[in-house]
Amino acid sequence: MKIYGVALLAFCYLLGKYLGGLLGSLLGINADVGGVGFAMLSLILLNAWLKKKGFLEEETEKGLLFWSSMYIPVVVAMASVLNVKGALSGGWAAVVIGVVVTFGSFALVPVISKVGLKNKKA
Amino acid sequence: MIELIDKNGFVFAFLLVGLIMFISFQVSKRVLFGRIPGVAVAILIGLALATLGGKKGISDIPLFAGMAFLGGSMLRDFTVVATAMGADLSKIKSAGLAGVIALVAGVFVSFFLGVLVAWALGYRDAVELTTIGAGACTYIVGPVTGTALGASTDIIAISVAIGLVKTVVTTIATPLIAQKIGLKNANSALVFGGLLGTSSGVTAGLAATDPKLVPYGALTATFYTGLGCLLCPSVFYLVLQAFF
Repeated sequence: MKIYGVALLAFCYLLGKYLGGLLGSLLGINADVGGVGFAMLSLILLNAWLKKKGFLEEETEKGLLFWSSMYIPVVVAMASVLNVKGALSGGWAAVVIGVVVTFGSFALVPVISKVGLKNKKA
Repeated sequence: MIELIDKNGFVFAFLLVGLIMFISFQVSKRVLFGRIPGVAVAILIGLALATLGGKKGISDIPLFAGMAFLGGSMLRDFTVVATAMGADLSKIKSAGLAGVIALVAGVFVSFFLGVLVAWALGYRDAVELTTIGAGACTYIVGPVTGTALGASTDIIAISVAIGLVKTVVTTIATPLIAQKIGLKNANSALVFGGLLGTSSGVTAGLAATDPKLVPYGALTATFYTGLGCLLCPSVFYLVLQAFF
């Protein structure tokens, strides 16, 4: 049943958020540290394990795939509820700093991607 | 009619986003001849619609209140986690180290680059500089740090604005710059997520570039805000205090 897939996703989501909150409080900050990351890793691992055991039926997978395909529409909706006016009203300082920092980070992508590849070869 | 939509705002949001997607893909194919992907056009329309409202974008207008739920962090994280189905664990393992380096470098560079520009613009106070640098990480790190250090509300507001500018610029610029910075595989997407760190910007930017890259970028970006909240009000603040 499709709901099994959705329930599996919900389980991983909640588990990840719980672990993220736990890590946050261990570090002494009142924030979710890596909740989505833990949720994704648990889904990847559970998914692989269930497949190996033969428990993952096609219908179950479809329940998961539906939500993964809803991701882009959700992001479009998210874009429409961002505080774009606030971003622009922070004055020139905010715009200048925001733009410089973003492009500075962009520039590092090829540099650090190479570091990763070098390590893989070694 | 308006009352009907008011009562069924969430369902109306599905219809609205469906229409935006349809228009975007038609424009991308027929007007732009595929030069800008449909997803990118859709996200741009979303951002444009956001300017019609205020703090919560278009959802500030009661008719479009449902968009806040569809585009809220709960459904965003839920669907992003679902994309992990398409992620390859071996690719994550092989790029793991690069991802961790990218995370630390990302928080470090964003913070100090933000501080440097703020200094050039005339800010000299350690608390103010730290809050601005934290805002250059993400719009959550900024207020968390500012509040912890007792910064004034106008500086906190600027830090939030910086983070928002970063999210918006990342969303718009990622598909345009992707080729130049070699953003084309799981490895570089993991690095990209770690460096930029804004979950909204990273996921939207990668979706507009190549949806297959989304899970990798989202995976590292999710640790960024936490790391920023950890480093900015503590280590980074102490470093700045030594100078100012």
